[in-house]
Amino acid sequence: MSPVQTLLFAGDPLFSRGVDLGVVVIVAIKVFVSFAVLMVSVLFMVWFERKLVSDMQNRIGPNRAGPWGLLQTLADGIKLFFKEDLLPEQADRRVFRLAPYLSLVPAFLTFAIVPVGGVINVGTHTTRLQLADPPVGILFLLAMSSVAVYGVMLAGWSSGSKYPLLGSVRASAQMVSYEAALGLSVAAVVLVSGSLLTSEIVAEQSGGLPFKYNLFRLGFVPFAIFCLAATAELNRPPFDLVEAEQELVGGFHTEYSSLRFALFFLAEFMSTVVMSAIIVTLFLGGPAGPAPDGGFLGAVVPIGWFLAKMAIFLFTYVWLRATLPRFRYDQLMDLGWKRLIPLSLFWLLVLAGMRLDRRYGFAVFLGGVVLGAVMLRALQIGRATAEDEAAPAPAFGETS
Amino acid sequence: MGYFDGFKVTFKTLFEKRVTVEYPNEKRPKPERFHGRHVLNRYEDGMEKCIGCELCAGVCPARCIYVRGADNPPDAPVSPGERFGFVYEINYLRCIHCDLCVEACPTEAITESKLFEFSFTDRKDAIYTKDELVVDDDGRPKKLPWEDWREGDDQHTSAWVRATAPSGDARYEGRVQWSGELGYGVRPPEPPQSGDAVPAATPGPGGEEA
Repeated sequence: MSPVQTLLFAGDPLFSRGVDLGVVVIVAIKVFVSFAVLMVSVLFMVWFERKLVSDMQNRIGPNRAGPWGLLQTLADGIKLFFKEDLLPEQADRRVFRLAPYLSLVPAFLTFAIVPVGGVINVGTHTTRLQLADPPVGILFLLAMSSVAVYGVMLAGWSSGSKYPLLGSVRASAQMVSYEAALGLSVAAVVLVSGSLLTSEIVAEQSGGLPFKYNLFRLGFVPFAIFCLAATAELNRPPFDLVEAEQELVGGFHTEYSSLRFALFFLAEFMSTVVMSAIIVTLFLGGPAGPAPDGGFLGAVVPIGWFLAKMAIFLFTYVWLRATLPRFRYDQLMDLGWKRLIPLSLFWLLVLAGMRLDRRYGFAVFLGGVVLGAVMLRALQIGRATAEDEAAPAPAFGETS
Repeated sequence: MGYFDGFKVTFKTLFEKRVTVEYPNEKRPKPERFHGRHVLNRYEDGMEKCIGCELCAGVCPARCIYVRGADNPPDAPVSPGERFGFVYEINYLRCIHCDLCVEACPTEAITESKLFEFSFTDRKDAIYTKDELVVDDDGRPKKLPWEDWREGDDQHTSAWVRATAPSGDARYEGRVQWSGELGYGVRPPEPPQSGDAVPAATPGPGGEEA
C-alpha cells in the first residue's frame, strides 16, 4: 500500500480490504455525476412541468430565457439567490434554517439506490451504474420519505405563523397515512422479488418480455396504489392540499423566501423525479429492455430505456396536475385509510397465497371479495339506519 | 368513463393552436378605426387643413389640446381661408384618445393614426407640438425617435373620418364627403361603409333614417 493510500484509508478500516484508489475515485465520480445529473434533471423538470401545463391550458409558457425557455429555471434560481432572506420574528431560528435541508437531502439520498443502468467496465474495475446498493435496499426509500416528512413538518412548525402550521399539520397527516399504503405495495414487490436490494429487484424483472415486469406480475394493483400513494407523498396535485395556494397561501413554505424557498422548490421537483425513478425501478424493470451486449451501446441503451420509462411518469405527473382539482381533506383521508390501505393489505394477502399455491391465492381472493362486499353492505345499512334515526333535517352538506 | 374525460380534454388541448400572440415580436393587425396618435393633415396642394378654430380644444374632455389661431399672412398663406393653427399642442399624458376632436373638426384637419406604441421617457416629449403633428411632404406622419411605427400604420390615418357620414347622417353613407389629403388624394369610403359590401342592411343615399 502506498503512503497516499495509507493516509486515505487510515480513518476507515473498512477501506483496507481490497479497496484501492481506483474504487474510491470511481465512487467519487459516481457521486459527483449523480448529483450533477439530478440537479440538471430537476432544472429541466421544472421547465418541462411549466411548459406542459401551459400547453395543456392553451398558453405558451416560459419561452424567454434560452431556446424554448429552457434556461428559465436557471434564471429563476439566480433571481431567488439575490432575494432578501427573511426570517420571521416568531420563527424558531435553528429549526427554520434546518428544515429546507431536511426535505432536500432525502430526495438526493433516495436517488442513490436507483439502478440507472447495467454493469459497466472502467479499466480493470467493474461498477454498477448505481450510487449505492445497501443491503437494506428499498427500506431506505421508506426511511428517506419518512425523513422528508420532517422537513415539511418542521418548516411549518418553526415558521411561527398560522398558515404554515396548518399546512404542515395537513402534510404530516397526509404523508404518514399514505406512507402505509406506499409501504404495503413495496412489501408486495419485495414478497415476489424475494430481495430488498434494488439491483436484484431490477435484475429479477429484466431479460425477456415486459410481462416479467412487476407491473404485470403483481397484477397492476400494487402499481396503481404505489403511484397514488407516491403522488400523495410528493404533495403533488391532486393531493397538494399541503401547499394549497388558495387556502394556505403556499402552506408550509409561506414564510420562506430567497434561497431557502428555492431549496424547497428544488426538493419538491427532485422528489418528483426520484419518485418516478423509483416507480420505474420497482414496477417497470428499471433499465431493462432490449439492448446489445457489451460495448458502448450496451452501457448506454439501458440508460435510454430507464429515461424513457421515467419520462412516462414525469409526463403523467404533470398531466394529473393540469387536469385534476384538489382533494378535500376528508376525501384524502378517506381514500388513504378506507380504500388504499385495506386494498393493499388484501392484495398482499392474495399475493402471499399465490406464492404458496395458486389455489390458496384464489381462495384468499374470493374470500376477500366476499368479505369486502359484506362489509360494504354492512356500512350501507349502518349509514341508512343512522340517517333514519337522525333529525328530520339532515345537516348541511350531507348527501341522502 | 366520466373520470377520464378531463384527461382527454387536457391532452387534446396540448395539440391545439395557441391564441396568444407574442406581442413584442409579432403584432395583431389593428382595427380599421383604431384611435392612436394624432396627425394634422394637409390638402393635396400642401396647404394645412387646420384653421385654428379651437373646436377640438373646446370639445376635448381631457383638456389636452392647446390651440392658438392666427391670421394667414397674405403673401404666404399656411391654410386656405382666413386663419390657421399657429400653435397646436397635444399633451399625451392627458389624452384619452376619445376621438371627439376628430369629430369636432370642421375641416378633417386632425385625425388619428394607428400608432399607440410611443413611450417617451421625458415629460417634455409627451407634449407634441405642431411640428411633430403635421404630416410631412409625402402626407406621412413624422416618425419621432421613440415611436414604434409598423408597416402600414402611417398610411391609414383617417379611417374614422372616411367611415362616417357627415354629422352621422345615414343618408350620406358610402358617399364621399371629405376632402383630399396630401399624398393620397381623395380616399374612397371604407369597405364596410361603401354600400355594396352590405347592400341589404344599408339604405341608399336619400333613404329614410332608421
